[in-house]
Amino acid sequence: MLRRFSAAPYMLWTILFILVPVFMVLFYSLFSPVPAGYALDLDGYHKFVDPLYLEVLWRSIVIAFKSTLLCLLVGYPLALILSRITPRFQKILVMLIILPMWMNFLLRTYAWIPILGRNGLINTLLGSFGVAPLNLLFNENAVLLGMVYNFLPFMVLPIYTVLMKIDRQLIEAAEDLGADRLVVFRRIILPLSIPGLISGVMMVFMPAVSTFVISDLLGGAQITLIGNLIKDQFQTVYDWNFGSAISMILMVIILLSMSILNRYDKRERGVSMW
Amino acid sequence: MKRKVIEGRNLFKEISGQRVVDNFNFCVRSEDFLTILGPSGSGKTTVLRMIGGFEMPTAGDILFEDKVITSVPPYERPINTVFQKYALFPHMDVYENIAFGLRLKKMEEQEIRKRVGRMLELVTLRGFEKRAVDSLSGGQQQRVAIARALVNEPKVLLLDEPLGALDLKLRKEMQVELKYMQQELGITFIYVTHDQEEALTMSNQVIVMNKGRIEQFGTPVNIYNEPVNAFVADFIGESNILDGIMYRDYEVGFAGQRFRCVDAGFGVDQPVEVVIRPEDIKLVSPEEGMLRGIVDSIVFKGVHYEMVVLEGQRSWLIQSTIKALEDTEVGMRFNPDDIHIMKKQERPADA
Repeated sequence: MLRRFSAAPYMLWTILFILVPVFMVLFYSLFSPVPAGYALDLDGYHKFVDPLYLEVLWRSIVIAFKSTLLCLLVGYPLALILSRITPRFQKILVMLIILPMWMNFLLRTYAWIPILGRNGLINTLLGSFGVAPLNLLFNENAVLLGMVYNFLPFMVLPIYTVLMKIDRQLIEAAEDLGADRLVVFRRIILPLSIPGLISGVMMVFMPAVSTFVISDLLGGAQITLIGNLIKDQFQTVYDWNFGSAISMILMVIILLSMSILNRYDKRERGVSMW
Repeated sequence: MKRKVIEGRNLFKEISGQRVVDNFNFCVRSEDFLTILGPSGSGKTTVLRMIGGFEMPTAGDILFEDKVITSVPPYERPINTVFQKYALFPHMDVYENIAFGLRLKKMEEQEIRKRVGRMLELVTLRGFEKRAVDSLSGGQQQRVAIARALVNEPKVLLLDEPLGALDLKLRKEMQVELKYMQQELGITFIYVTHDQEEALTMSNQVIVMNKGRIEQFGTPVNIYNEPVNAFVADFIGESNILDGIMYRDYEVGFAGQRFRCVDAGFGVDQPVEVVIRPEDIKLVSPEEGMLRGIVDSIVFKGVHYEMVVLEGQRSWLIQSTIKALEDTEVGMRFNPDDIHIMKKQERPADA
C-alpha cells in the first residue's frame, strides 16, 4: 500500500512529462488543424518517403553508428583501466570523466570552434611549423568528434559499473583453470560486461541519432541530420505535422533497435546493470 | 615414504603491514588429505591462496615436486581450486563450466564430452549438462565447482571451506563424497576449514593454525588426543582446561588435589595447563569420585547429554550417555591417560 502510494509522484511525472508529450507528437503527426478543429492528415509520413529525407535519415544513422563505435572503442578500454586501478585513482579519473558534464552542453560544444577553426588553436600551432591551415571544422569529422566528446561518459560509466561488479573470484577461477589474461578477458570479462556495453551503446546511440546542436555548431550548414530536420519543421517551417511525423519515425527506429539489443542482452546472462 | 607434492618453506605474508602468515612450514605428500584448520582470521585462506598462486608470499617459497613455483602464475600451476563461493561462471551452463579448463588445453570435443560426462557421473549430476548454474541448489553448485576443478586431473586440489554454505545434512554427505573422491582419484587434497569435525573426519593430516602460525601439525588422532597447547585443545573440541602444577614426572596437581598422570619431562614444580575432555569424565556416586560437584545444568544433545558440574569455583563440562539429576551431588572419575598436560603458554587477554 505504502509502496503504491510512494510510487504516485513518479507515475504522475511519467504521465505528465513523458506519455502526454509522446501522445501529443503522435497526434500532431496524424492530424492537422482545419477551421473546424482537427482532421486526419498523413501528409507528413508521405512527405518523408522522399530520397532527400531518407538520405538525411540514413546519414544520421550512419554518423550515430560511427560515433557509437568510436565511443565503444575508446570507452571500453578506458572503463577497463578504470576498473583495475586503485580506488583513489578511480575516484579522480571518474571525476575527470564526469567533470565536463557539469559545463553547459552548448558551451562545451562551442568550445571546439575556436580549437578547430581556420584560425583556431590547432591551425595556429600547426602554422608555426609551416603547415597550411587544415579544414577541421564544419565537416562530418568535426560532428563526429563533437559526438564522441559529448557522449563518451555515457559509454564509459555503464561499462565501468558492470566491470566493477564482476566477482574477482570468477577471474581467479578462470586463471586457476588455465586461462591467461587474454583468455580471461575474452571468455569471462567481455561476456559478463555485455549488459553494460549494451546500456552504453543505447545511451550513446540515442542522443547521437537525434542531436541537432552538435551538427549545427560543428557541422555548420554542411551536415543536416534528422535532428536538424525536425527542429527546422517546428522552428522555421512551422510544419508541425511533418515534424511530428519525422519524430515518430525516429522514435520507432530507436525503439526497434533498442528491443533488438535488449533481446541480445537477455540471451547473454551477464552481470546485471543496476 | 610417499613423495612430496607441495612444500611451503618459511612462508611469510604481510598485508598492509599486518602479518597474516608467520613462518609457515609444511609439506604435503602424494595422496595426502591435508586440512588447514583454524578460526577465521587465522590466515588459513591466505596460505591456500599462496599455494594456488593468487597471492605472492612476502618471503619464503612454495615448492611443487621439489621445484620452486613461488612466482609461477596460477594458470601455469598443476593445481586447481574449489572456491568458497564456488565462483561458477554465470554466463555458461553446467557443461561449459566443467569443460572450461579442458577447452583451454585445446582438447578434442569428443574427449571433452567423455571427460565431462565422467565427472558429472562422479558428482551425480548426470542430465544437468544444459542447466544454467544459477538454477542449481547450493549443493549442486558445489558439485559443479568440484567437477570443474577435478576434470583437469590436477596433482593437487585446493578446497577453501567448500562446504561452509551447505546445511548440516548435505555437509555430512559431501564430506563422505569428497573423501571418497579423493581416495578414488588419488589426488592430493589441501582443505581449509574452521570446522574441527570436518577436519578430523576427512583428513589424514591436520595443521591447526592460529594468528598466522602453525600451532600443531599431525594426524587427526594425534591432534585430538595429544593437543600441544590449550589453544589446540580448545579449538579441536570443547574441553575442560585448568591451571595446574607439574610436581614431578607422572604427578600433577589441579583442582586442589594431586593426580597420577602419564606425562613426563616438564621439570619440577612447573605451572602447566591440564586438559580433560568432557567425554573422558565418568559420572559416579559422590563416594567413588575423585572430585565431587553439584550438577548445574543438563542439555540433551542427541547422542549424549551435556552436563555442567560445579566443583568449588570451577565448572566442569561432562558428556555422558547416562543422565544425572540436576542439583544432585555427583562424583567424577578419569583415568591417568585422560589427563593431558601442556606447557603453560602466554595467552593474550582476548583468547
